Amino acid sequence: MMLQRIVPVTFREEIAENVFVLRFECNEIVCSASPGQFVNIRCGDACLPLLRRPFSISRVLGDEVELLFNVVGQGTRMLAGKRVGDSLDVLGPLGLPFNFGADFKTGLIVAGGVGVAPFPFLTSVLRKKGKRIVTFLGARTASQLAPTHLDDIHLATDDGTKGYHGTVVDLLRSYLDQHRVESPRLFGCGPTNMLKALTNVAQEMNIECELSLEGDMACGIGLCQGCPVERTKGERKYALVCVEGPTFNSKDILIP
Amino acid sequence: MVKESFSIRGVEFKNRVLAASGTFGYGDEVKDLVDVNRLGGICTKSLSWKPREGNPPRRIVETPSGMLNSIGLANVGVHHFINEKLPYLRTLDTTIIANIAASSVQEYCDVLSLLEQQEGIHGYEINVSCPNVTEGGLNFGTDCSKTEEITVRLRPLTNKPLIIKLTPNVTHISEFARAVEDAGADAVSVINTLIGMAVDIRTKKPRLSTVTGGLSGPAIKPIALAKVYEVAQSVHIPILGIGGIMTTEDAIEFLLVGATAVQVGTANFIDPTAGVKIAEGLRAHAEQNGLQDVGQLVGALESHVAFSVIQSWL
Repeated sequence: MMLQRIVPVTFREEIAENVFVLRFECNEIVCSASPGQFVNIRCGDACLPLLRRPFSISRVLGDEVELLFNVVGQGTRMLAGKRVGDSLDVLGPLGLPFNFGADFKTGLIVAGGVGVAPFPFLTSVLRKKGKRIVTFLGARTASQLAPTHLDDIHLATDDGTKGYHGTVVDLLRSYLDQHRVESPRLFGCGPTNMLKALTNVAQEMNIECELSLEGDMACGIGLCQGCPVERTKGERKYALVCVEGPTFNSKDILIP
Repeated sequence: MVKESFSIRGVEFKNRVLAASGTFGYGDEVKDLVDVNRLGGICTKSLSWKPREGNPPRRIVETPSGMLNSIGLANVGVHHFINEKLPYLRTLDTTIIANIAASSVQEYCDVLSLLEQQEGIHGYEINVSCPNVTEGGLNFGTDCSKTEEITVRLRPLTNKPLIIKLTPNVTHISEFARAVEDAGADAVSVINTLIGMAVDIRTKKPRLSTVTGGLSGPAIKPIALAKVYEVAQSVHIPILGIGGIMTTEDAIEFLLVGATAVQVGTANFIDPTAGVKIAEGLRAHAEQNGLQDVGQLVGALESHVAFSVIQSWL
């Protein structure tokens, strides 16, 4: 059930270049959240920026919810500037979680840049379910990698400063060429081009694949109809990222 | 005890704050977050005869103190509304206004006539002013004779309140308000969004898929106030003031310039409880100022400039 709460910030740190971790305390959100869901946060208290900003829930620990984000504009800059004890207006948990209860043995997690955000939470739940996890994490350069609270991590950088020299999806491909993975399921989050490439791999290798998408949303709760993603089948042309996602099976949507 | 209610054509609204069409879904989306029965009314997302997919992304762009939208009247269609959404709305203890959008005069008539056969709808708001569809929408709303014609055609079809939602994207909105008043409308909603645009300087492309969209939010409040003021000098029917209302103080400004009630729109996206908070704020303001009726604020503007002078500026 979604809630709107004013909550205190309990932790804030820059853990990699322009990668911030922020925690707030909200037992009610911790209790009802699942991996893949998000919270929508009011970053300021005036009209600049006007709209809330959506963030994947990165981890829950005790009564705290952890977020992981890049500073990309005004809202995230304000959020990164919060101090312990400041209060936040949070709406969540929102959206549909990953289908982590599906029938598979190995979770292949593929993350590009700050697209790693939802995966520490997913990892902790998959561990509890006894799934094997292999994680592929890519970034432009080594200083932007944030490989925390993940399992069996394989790194890639576009500039070759750490790990595999190339994209994270190419790294995944070479891994799948060399290893036999038992009953796999892909989970991906990252830039649009990465999600397209990942969708292709999933299709070629016939592996079920779930993606977590971003959308330009004003509300995050289905009021504004602002965040459509094109569907591949069904009567309706579009699904809303906020309430019908942000997680989708890659077969069900067209990445723009 | 302060009186908060008002009525249009005998239909009572329990207070002077309504949720604006297109910003509150069909009421059920927010039931976990807010007691919608504490609103004066809910204007539904626009309804058309057939479902509408809406425009391709990108549909939303944030701008300074505002947002542009190009949703394109995405909606479930009136039949699905009646079967799937209206049963929930019927359970609510607030006034339900069905907002109707159409691409022909006949479609407006068909949708209204079908809704007229249903229980649970207390009035109609006619959207002649959507800037984001190619047929109908703003083509109607910027044509005074077409706006009048739609009102004339709809009036005999219902005895419930008929409210026309006007666009500010015209030279003199008051001419449109007078025309629909003469044609039998019971109230006007002032204003719909203003046409606006945003450009991505990196790609040199418009940021909305439809190039232009509708601007809403606090950025448009001063314009909306001036439009409500203009209309209030020109018609006798109630005005529902809309445009960037975020706080109780904003709502009071609209009442003072002549709005009988207000609609809260974009604020719902940021805080779905905004309308309820504003309704409570209006009551508290009335109590603190010794008013018996929130309605005493309506048109209570003190201006030392004659309207004829202001008219020459408008």
